[in-house]
Amino acid sequence: MSNILEIRDLQVRYGGIEAVKGISFDVPEGEIVTLIGANGAGKSSTLRAISGLVKPASGSISFKGEDITGKDANEIVSRGVILVPEGRRIFPDLTVLENLKIGAYLRKDDITEDLNWVYDLFPRLKERSWQAGGTLSGGEQQMLAVGRALMSRPKVIMMDEPSLGLAPIIVKGIFDIIKEINKQGVTVLLIEQNANMALKTAHHGYVLETGRVTLTGTGEELLSNEAVKAAYLGT
Amino acid sequence: MQQLLSLEYIVSILLSGISLGGQLALIAIGYTMVYGILRLINFAHGDVFMVAGLVGIYVTAAVPVYIAIPIVILITVALGFFIERAAYKPLRSAPRMSVMISAIGVSYLLQNTATYVTGGQPMTYPTIQLLNKTVDIVGTPIKLVVLITPVLVLILIVLLTMLINKTKIGMAMRAVSKDFETSRLMGIKVNTVISATFVIGSALATVGSILYFSTYPGITPTAGAMPGLKAFVAAVFGGIGSIPGAVIGAFLIGICETIIKGLPSAWDVSVFSDAFTFALLIVILTCKPTGLFGEKATDKV
Repeated sequence: MSNILEIRDLQVRYGGIEAVKGISFDVPEGEIVTLIGANGAGKSSTLRAISGLVKPASGSISFKGEDITGKDANEIVSRGVILVPEGRRIFPDLTVLENLKIGAYLRKDDITEDLNWVYDLFPRLKERSWQAGGTLSGGEQQMLAVGRALMSRPKVIMMDEPSLGLAPIIVKGIFDIIKEINKQGVTVLLIEQNANMALKTAHHGYVLETGRVTLTGTGEELLSNEAVKAAYLGT
Repeated sequence: MQQLLSLEYIVSILLSGISLGGQLALIAIGYTMVYGILRLINFAHGDVFMVAGLVGIYVTAAVPVYIAIPIVILITVALGFFIERAAYKPLRSAPRMSVMISAIGVSYLLQNTATYVTGGQPMTYPTIQLLNKTVDIVGTPIKLVVLITPVLVLILIVLLTMLINKTKIGMAMRAVSKDFETSRLMGIKVNTVISATFVIGSALATVGSILYFSTYPGITPTAGAMPGLKAFVAAVFGGIGSIPGAVIGAFLIGICETIIKGLPSAWDVSVFSDAFTFALLIVILTCKPTGLFGEKATDKV
């Protein structure tokens, strides 16, 4: 299977601080890949660099074999790589429907089909389509953030801590949806502090420590790795 | 007293108050929209309004009015666009105070340039036939501009509200005003949306300048300062960032000011009309610090 994303020696700096110190990893097309690691390991910075929110200091990012390093965010979205940001970041004053429509901002074709797809995945959003986004519960806001990302009809959906601050039952629902989206052909790059859940869901995982990849393997391999168990799974 | 209570007098005062309010509203929208998106008090906006007046004088001297008006709007819009690109965009990630100082700098640059061009002489705004016709309302001769202003303001506000609530660019504006970064993730070009805001603000200020200077035709390089300041007060008064707030604030200020100016000269209060405007602001803000329609004072995340 070919790699839809290839990251090579990626470095990200904020001022003098080096958040990502030269990491390399691959995201095979059609899979769920997860990056796990503690706070400050550089996970979010990696996703921000891929999505074009920050320009990498060095290294390269390629999407379907084409170099997209340092391109503008709107260019990267239009190619089909979308980020569901940490903390959901839905637009609180826009209605649920408007939040979904804005996800399709760059598209000029008909979005009815995608809207129905998102409403099928999240019937709750359909019920609340006229409500302001800010009135939704945390779990519903996460659904909205995912649905909004899907409206761009992405090839790769990147999720930054989708389980953050949500009740366990809701987290399970979110991960079920991630698997469902993946089954429908969208590649997923997931970062999580909930390593247990992430590794159980992912085909492939990378462990990040202080800006470097220290371990890699399939989700199951990492789940049974003693070092991972000790550091991230608490068992 | 007899004169004060006459119907003619009340009608004429109210009409000119509404008219002044409408003119201030057109300036105030520019303040409030820019604040809504950039959290910037664009101190240069009043001077853009003054420049629109001066440009109006020069262009109407060369071509007929109906051709001149679109040209003046275009030139002012280009000016507003250029100011944002040159003076505010490079400071996008700078502290807000720095952008504000940049805005004050632009304000003085425009005033000084106006002094240079006009030689500091007060210029007289041309008489636009249609606006200066008088009609009789309950026995009082009223200039047509006084009647046209509120109608035109109403139409422009309805159009603007539709733009913001029903169109794609309007949706993008509402998104950008809440969250730059997430807007970028949606593929929105934030700089384009900001430019659009300046374009709309400048266009409305130009329409305001035509109406305002047709009523008060003297233009000096500082002619934008007072109406600009009052429009800014109107925007704060209504809750800065809110368009309906700015419009209502502007009408209130316009009407109050005209009423005070219209009180009998024996009372000697008309000289305090500006002070009153600001006293009103202080009272309102003491009771409701975020203004009439203000958002809660949460900082932008």
